[in-house]
Amino acid sequence: MTSLLAVLIDGSIYASWLFLVAAGLTVIYGVMRILNMAHGSFYAIGAYSAASLVGWYFNNGMGPAWVSYLLLVGAALVAGLIVGVIVERGLLRLMYGRDEILMVIITYALLLILEDGMKIVWGVSPYFAYQPYSELGRTSLGLLKVSNYDVALVGVSALLGLGLWAWLERTNQGKVLRAVIHDREIAVAMGVNVKLMFTITFVLGTTLGALAGALTAPAISVVPGIGIEVIVLAFAVVVIGGLGSIGGAAVGALLVGLSRAAAVHYAPEFELFVIYGVMSLVLAFRPEGLFGRTLARKI
Amino acid sequence: MKNNKSKFSKYLVSGVAALALAAGAAGSASAAENGKFRVGIVTFLSGPAAGPFGVPSANAAKVLVEELNKGNLPAPYDKIGINGAEIEAVIIDEAGGATKQVEEYRNLVQRQKVDAVIGYVSSGDCLAIAPVAEELKTFTIAYDCGTPRLFADNPDAAYMFRTGLDASVDNIGAVRYLAATRPDVTRLAGIQQNYSWGQDSWADFTAAASALLPEAEVVEEQFPKIYQGQYGAEISALSVKRPEIVHSSFWGGDMEALVLQANARGLLEDATGLLTCGEASFATYKDQAPNGMIIGARGPFGQFAPDNELNTWFEGVYQNAYDLEPVYPATKMAQAILGLKYAAENAGVADKEIPSAEQLAAAMKGATFESVSGTVEMARGNGHQAMQGITYGEYHYEDGVASIKNAVSFDGECVTPPEGVAAADWIADGFPGAKCN
Repeated sequence: MTSLLAVLIDGSIYASWLFLVAAGLTVIYGVMRILNMAHGSFYAIGAYSAASLVGWYFNNGMGPAWVSYLLLVGAALVAGLIVGVIVERGLLRLMYGRDEILMVIITYALLLILEDGMKIVWGVSPYFAYQPYSELGRTSLGLLKVSNYDVALVGVSALLGLGLWAWLERTNQGKVLRAVIHDREIAVAMGVNVKLMFTITFVLGTTLGALAGALTAPAISVVPGIGIEVIVLAFAVVVIGGLGSIGGAAVGALLVGLSRAAAVHYAPEFELFVIYGVMSLVLAFRPEGLFGRTLARKI
Repeated sequence: MKNNKSKFSKYLVSGVAALALAAGAAGSASAAENGKFRVGIVTFLSGPAAGPFGVPSANAAKVLVEELNKGNLPAPYDKIGINGAEIEAVIIDEAGGATKQVEEYRNLVQRQKVDAVIGYVSSGDCLAIAPVAEELKTFTIAYDCGTPRLFADNPDAAYMFRTGLDASVDNIGAVRYLAATRPDVTRLAGIQQNYSWGQDSWADFTAAASALLPEAEVVEEQFPKIYQGQYGAEISALSVKRPEIVHSSFWGGDMEALVLQANARGLLEDATGLLTCGEASFATYKDQAPNGMIIGARGPFGQFAPDNELNTWFEGVYQNAYDLEPVYPATKMAQAILGLKYAAENAGVADKEIPSAEQLAAAMKGATFESVSGTVEMARGNGHQAMQGITYGEYHYEDGVASIKNAVSFDGECVTPPEGVAAADWIADGFPGAKCN
């Protein structure tokens, strides 16, 4: 019984983290049709920015702990905004309209550049921002003790998902964006400023990636390579849910999170396999993912 | 016209290639004949292993070479450089995998003309380099990798040496520490990175525990992916089994994240953590690791290095240079460099003369030399593998100061399999011939 409870709790926490990581990736693909390999680097930049800022705050004895949560979010917003605008305006804008495969290669090159850039800026030594994680304490559920920070992440993730949904479904800007997703050429013909929508989308996706990194930073040691590790998981989640679908990313994250937690508790030897097992199973029956749309190929 | 263009292109390409070859040859020749002792240093300068292992090791190499060239070391290493010749270090990155490292090694030997190579954290890299060192007849010291296969797979190695300890020593030592300090433990659990390092470590630990802690049972074992970073489910799975000891061979960012998360969730309050590589993050845990957590340094290195003159001197210069205490990878690098210096200065060549690889190997084989970690005996692997004791202790953090308490040391003969005996067989047979104080 304790293990079942643990599976549900651990699965939900892991799923919420996966959703945070995958949301930006799926938003960018949904609107721009760019499979952004550099998304992991945006995650890492968010983590480094947050760890640096929070570390500086506590090392200098600046004040109350709650400020550090604002710093986490603030660091992610600033880093995501700056990097997003630079990359979109300085690189991707020159490449729009090219083949999707070429965009994968371009963003992969960007990932390599950013990974080395981060080493130049932050070096290779680990960064810590553990105070926000430990300050929230823990809750005991029998033998199981759960970090309150992890539980709070579930709430943040749910709020973020709802916010994204409301923005897309309930605002004028969201409607315009959906028009771009549905048919870019018709949207242009109807007077939509697609370039502006692309900038907004890319910066939003970048910021979501950076936010995921910033919110993860307090629970980990921020070291080179963390972005590359998460991008594989994020891709798995997005592919399961259907590329470009926010609801799909949420369901994909839940599926992966719960499956992995169940494997860890009941069959640890399958833990590495289970994520890709779920992905293979879904793709065998729905090659476009759970919520992906089947598109007619333009000839 | 087309033909002329084509010919011109051919001449141009040939000319550029010839110039490049000439430049390369000239560079190599001058490097080999500049009278300096050129040593290749290979360790991780990028990737996840750089922070915990590579950077401290490279820093140790830099500061030690600088001080050796000034002749500032205490006796018996007070001669300038190596055998009076100035040392020139070529430091390269170990990242990129074994195939790349073999290429880099060939480049060091054939183009850079190094007189010796010191390096390798990754066991995969060590195993790949060993046969190449024999092929190129280059004196090579593996300073950190722990695979027992290094000399088991290369029993006739002539040029390959290792001044660090075999990884099985880590886990035999860990169990001996538990048997000495917590003989009544009955519930053991483990969490290891899911690759050969983690699996081999856990196999050695559980086998040694069966022999030395017969009442203990393994209640849970977890093998998450390397660099996973998030261990929520694993920590829950361990917690619900109520272990008394949680053993881990995690290293680097994974280890720091595990300690942070497991401590925040109370696992390391309910159970005692035992980290075989734990000392590498001694300076970074602060109050995020619980008092009493057992840590090791893969030998008498880092915080567990003895208070001898060499180590006191080394700690001083390292701290002056980097404002940090040396952790175990730094001490191990220093040990390898001192081993090389010992071999060169006992190779029977004239002052300032650079010994050949054969002379270096002959001097190193079966040698006993003084190091920052105490006396090193090259007493295993047919005289190519160092044998030393190992120390474990408890991490404590009080009033802003981290320290080691309840340290217990075990002699080399107590934790090292006899010559020619595989660790697994020695453990299974109940450690025959072990000499423990």
